[in-house]
Amino acid sequence: MTNDNVLLKVDNLVKYFPITQGIIIRKQIGAVHAVDGISFEIIRGETLGLVGESGCGKSTTGRTILQLYRPTAGHVYFDGVDLVTLKGNELRRMRKRMQMIFQDPYASLNPRMTVGEIIGEPLVIHTRQSGKAIEERVGQLLELVGLNPAFANRYPHEFSGGQRQRIGVARALALQPDLIVCDEPISALDVSIQAQVVNLLEDLQGQFGLTYLFIAHDLSMVRHISNRVAVMYLGVIVELAERNELYDNPYHPYTQALLSAVPIPDPSIEERRRRIILEGDVPSPVNPPSGCRFRTRCKFAKEICSLEKPEWREIQPGHYAACHFAGELG
Amino acid sequence: MPEVLLDVQDLETQFRTSDGTIYAVNGVSFNLHEGETLGIVGESGCGKSVTMLSMLRLIPSPPGKITNGKALFLGQDLITMSDEAIRQIRGGQISMIFQDPMTSFNPVLTIGRQVSEPLEIHMGMSHQEALKRVVELLDMVGIPKAKDRINDYPHQFSGGMRQRVMIAMALACNPHILIADEPTTALDVTIQAQIVELVKRLRDEVGMSVIWITHDLGIIAGLADRVAVMYGGYIIEEAPVKELYTHPQHPYTIGLLGSLPRLDRKHRQRLTSIDGLPPVLYEKPHYCPFAPRCKYAVERCWKENPALEKFDTSHYLACWVDTETGSER
Repeated sequence: MTNDNVLLKVDNLVKYFPITQGIIIRKQIGAVHAVDGISFEIIRGETLGLVGESGCGKSTTGRTILQLYRPTAGHVYFDGVDLVTLKGNELRRMRKRMQMIFQDPYASLNPRMTVGEIIGEPLVIHTRQSGKAIEERVGQLLELVGLNPAFANRYPHEFSGGQRQRIGVARALALQPDLIVCDEPISALDVSIQAQVVNLLEDLQGQFGLTYLFIAHDLSMVRHISNRVAVMYLGVIVELAERNELYDNPYHPYTQALLSAVPIPDPSIEERRRRIILEGDVPSPVNPPSGCRFRTRCKFAKEICSLEKPEWREIQPGHYAACHFAGELG
Repeated sequence: MPEVLLDVQDLETQFRTSDGTIYAVNGVSFNLHEGETLGIVGESGCGKSVTMLSMLRLIPSPPGKITNGKALFLGQDLITMSDEAIRQIRGGQISMIFQDPMTSFNPVLTIGRQVSEPLEIHMGMSHQEALKRVVELLDMVGIPKAKDRINDYPHQFSGGMRQRVMIAMALACNPHILIADEPTTALDVTIQAQIVELVKRLRDEVGMSVIWITHDLGIIAGLADRVAVMYGGYIIEEAPVKELYTHPQHPYTIGLLGSLPRLDRKHRQRLTSIDGLPPVLYEKPHYCPFAPRCKYAVERCWKENPALEKFDTSHYLACWVDTETGSER
């Protein structure tokens, strides 16, 4: 680890989920290749967007980074320390510095705890502050995310989806973490509320110098919030670049198709746009295609694509793609 | 001007619940011409689905009740006609596709059986004839090897494929109107693009009218001829698609467009969020339903609820304020 600016370095991360058969004698008959060898870095203070369609492994990536799932192989360096080798108390100490905001604001808050207990819980577990100090801090946090501190005694069901997501944000902020993994934090919210939460996340980043891994399937929102964007398909990252570079010059055919599929709220632009319509569905991650994973839906696929796994190459400075023909396709 | 197929006037639907009456749709009027695509946009709970379900008399009653209004389909009122008569129209001349392709099918019947049902009921085909037509329909919506798949069950199809089957079922009887209730919300963007392309193609081939309900202003931009924006059970603005996107007048429409990040925008701009929360519909306000969240609200907005009135040729608006000057119109 040479670069001090790198907060998180993911090195060849792999996560398989076993598929087993039998009740008494369990036998593994296969595996879901959820994440299959991905590497990237997150710079301190930046937002890295991770996009992909459902089932591509983006949420698993987020959870494996935080060691909520233990990886099958690979390393995760957080501030130079390999989290994969840590256990027990050592890991718990590191956990303070990485938090998560979940997709579903209805399922991620315990309905039997008050908002104050929910936001205060990380403080109870990780610090030795007195009850009174925690109460005070909870009030501050509620104010910070735009809620009334008097709400601390209420229960989650008394709040709307957007307000609940704010509670989730307050909980993630409680321990002043360095990294927050945002796992589709806005996809369950209405459009007008999405903008509120995104603006809040941006404000907090400016105020506390937070680093975000922002996982989403909404490419327009990812372009809006991220500094750099990584595109995932079927367990692998196919392309990574600075946000404008990726959206202006996508190299990978999948990125190109994905971008062209996103509707733009402007009828005169929509009239002139030509869509790349992908054929068929995403193959099963239990038995992913050989070579390049995208080849079954790629109109440029040649023989080499089924034989060799495309190399992860830097095509322009800071612009990486995994395609045999990257840079040669129109 | 093409013929008016559907003319909805002052439709009102309420739900009586143990917590009180929910005023879901509060006097909605719109029409649909032959061959036209109308987009209805709004956030969850704004009454867009309930309007469509009321029109087709698919509201569970009780608790739901259509308390006022007409829905004239080729001159006949759907609201007051007999149950038998509306059954002839529903699934035949007007058909509907739903948001969730997972729960809209019966899981224990084969696809062939379910898609052939409307053909047998509305077109009087025998089961054998109907099955033949089902294969053609599945072919038309792009299901590979349609002939081998009619004996499959819904769970054997992926989400996108299931939505295609639902479209095939909806188109089985050559409807005049297809109502699409957020048909792509549960799907990934690349699959969404497939489905939108499919509906556009079929619309132009068959020449039917489409009502497309969505919360996504992006989809509607490339699909609709005209767009109605709903809020709190009212249509608050309605205009031809280009007019609405270039000259939105209602503060809610303006806010909604501003809160969308755009894929084609290079520079990071702060999103203009709309403060506050969507309304709870336990009362029918005597004021403008958007006033509590509106930054332009003036005194009158709190006293009277504006009606949907002509603002410009074919542009309708329900608002007291001129957003350019900030003063009352």
